[in-house]
Amino acid sequence: MATLSTPTFDNSLLKDILPERKITWLERVLGPENYRIVKGLLKTPASIVGFILIGTFILIAVFAPAIAPPVTSDPYKIPRDGFSSKPQGIGTEWSKNVPDIPFWYTPLTGKTEWVHLMGTAQGQYDIFYGIIWGTRTAFRTGLMVVISTFIIGIIIGSISAFYGGLVDNIIMRIVDVFMTMPFIMMALIMAAVLTPVLGRSLLPSILALISFGWMGYARIIRGDILSIKERDYTLAARVVGVRDSRILFRHILPNAIFPTLVLASLAIGDVVLSFAALSFLGIGTEIGYADWGQVLSFARNWITSLNDYWYIVVWPGFTLVLFVMGWNLVGDALRDVLDPRMRGKS
Amino acid sequence: MSDQEVLLDVRDLVMHFPIHRGVFQTVVGYVHAVDGISFEIRRGETLGLVGESGCGKSTTGRAILQLYKPTAGRVIFQGQNLVNLRGEKLRRMRRQMQMIFQDPYASLNPRMSVEQIVGEPLQIHNILKGSDVRDRVKELLELVRLNPSYIDRYPHEFSGGQRQRIGVARALALQPELIICDEPISALDVSVQAQVVNLLEDLQKDMKLTYLFIAHDLSMVRHISDRVAVMYLGIMAELAERDELYSNPLHPYTIALLSAVPIPSPVIEAKRKRIILKGDVPSPVNPPSGCRFHTRCPLAEAICSEKRPVWREVRPDHFVACHLVQAESFDKTRSSMASREV
Repeated sequence: MATLSTPTFDNSLLKDILPERKITWLERVLGPENYRIVKGLLKTPASIVGFILIGTFILIAVFAPAIAPPVTSDPYKIPRDGFSSKPQGIGTEWSKNVPDIPFWYTPLTGKTEWVHLMGTAQGQYDIFYGIIWGTRTAFRTGLMVVISTFIIGIIIGSISAFYGGLVDNIIMRIVDVFMTMPFIMMALIMAAVLTPVLGRSLLPSILALISFGWMGYARIIRGDILSIKERDYTLAARVVGVRDSRILFRHILPNAIFPTLVLASLAIGDVVLSFAALSFLGIGTEIGYADWGQVLSFARNWITSLNDYWYIVVWPGFTLVLFVMGWNLVGDALRDVLDPRMRGKS
Repeated sequence: MSDQEVLLDVRDLVMHFPIHRGVFQTVVGYVHAVDGISFEIRRGETLGLVGESGCGKSTTGRAILQLYKPTAGRVIFQGQNLVNLRGEKLRRMRRQMQMIFQDPYASLNPRMSVEQIVGEPLQIHNILKGSDVRDRVKELLELVRLNPSYIDRYPHEFSGGQRQRIGVARALALQPELIICDEPISALDVSVQAQVVNLLEDLQKDMKLTYLFIAHDLSMVRHISDRVAVMYLGIMAELAERDELYSNPLHPYTIALLSAVPIPSPVIEAKRKRIILKGDVPSPVNPPSGCRFHTRCPLAEAICSEKRPVWREVRPDHFVACHLVQAESFDKTRSSMASREV
């Protein structure tokens, strides 16, 4: 066989024909795969709308004390304007316990009297206040539940896939059992049982949603790990003598985690919705706690006359829709970016 | 050759994979991937391992490296039986044996840079730390004829041949004694194949490496190997020095296999007789009784389906497993197979 000349590194002749692709610092830092995902996410209109929605909600949550100044020391208690059960319309003036007027109100409207911007619900709870501070509750519950279920799912799914055999079989059958239970019913029962034990707070609902929400992640990550485990680069790592834990965290999980991440980002909206459903049914937080489901539940007694009292339902409902939509748009875009069939198309 | 030190001694290696079925995952059978093979690799040589796809070549390589726990048999490397090693001891032995994979597109983690891929072995075995790793990786890249400035790039930025050389650099990082090349060139372009093979040969000379070269390309194996082993359906058919095997094949399967190699001369090629075997390779789940090859062997006799042939040395350094290769009928076997003209 004729000896071939060894390749030289001098490609200067090609410079004119092949313009060198500039690699930005962001790509260097993130690595090509992650960079492609980030770039893809910032390109699709749907995800940009989603990011804008989520961003707005984050701003509202962060600046809640400025947007709607709290009256008592517990900002999550919705301030009441009296105790009358009849809801009052939009723009009604505050008469009792008037809170501090926020800085933006007078310059914007020219008025010096603080009004109920979105009306009041049954028991004179201020809807505007409930929605602003409820944003914080939504983020807290959504993130807590999703992060917890994500971590639990990843751990259980990884153990199942990595050890395989009998362990895998037992864990997956447990997952099956959990999956056969109707989610919202089981969460309802569990939260109802936990409430007397833990007292009325966010905790019972959060724990209930976590307990019945981790199975999807465990299943998805298990499948992806099983496929990545047999890839040549995982074998190569074993040949080199990499320890099991490092193989899992360095070689398998970074390549297997993204589908699960998509599921998690899509789930934040759903979790907030489920939480609102539990709240609406009267489980979890004490009455008057700033959370969207609570505010919605104030409309229960007035459902027959929503012609007059539409604002009790419309404001929290609309907020909830926008919040869920924001996460779903981002999650959808993430799914498209990670879909191997979409590679190189956007 | 034969007086050289034995580096790796494989004795009666068996690798069966259970087949699970049903709700309770009961074992309903076994894939007899490797069914009792023995050979040795001497220090500094290249042993070529050939056979059709599915004959157990790659499984043999992986079982030697303990990527699969062998069902039975011994793999003795530098006096230690690897089959009995567990955990940390096995991990330390891995420094001595490395592997080059078939598919350069699958064998590099897409989320790691070249520095991380090639430097990982050095870090996990605590050979080098910090910036020393980077310097060593650059040296290794130069060794496999890649530009050291590519160190921060990711696998997708390279061509197949370049990726394969990154795989070689990773294998060399630990300065191993033995490298198992699992079809390192079959996924590459012909021109790139030559590059990689030449690189492997040069490295062997410079670093005194020992290769187990698994391939199905007979002419490439002839080019690179000192000795060649032929596998068929999980067993070893024949093993001999390269020139002996190619000029004087004894096992009917080897003869048929070699007759399929095209000869780069139209005159000879026109006269060349190919032996075309009947049928397909039987399933390794239910391998044939007796000699595995008897279902397709043009010379098969009654004994072939009854008794498994013994793996024996019929000539110095020439091993064969075939009932028909007797001292007397030696020439008969070969002439009746219409040996190819070279």
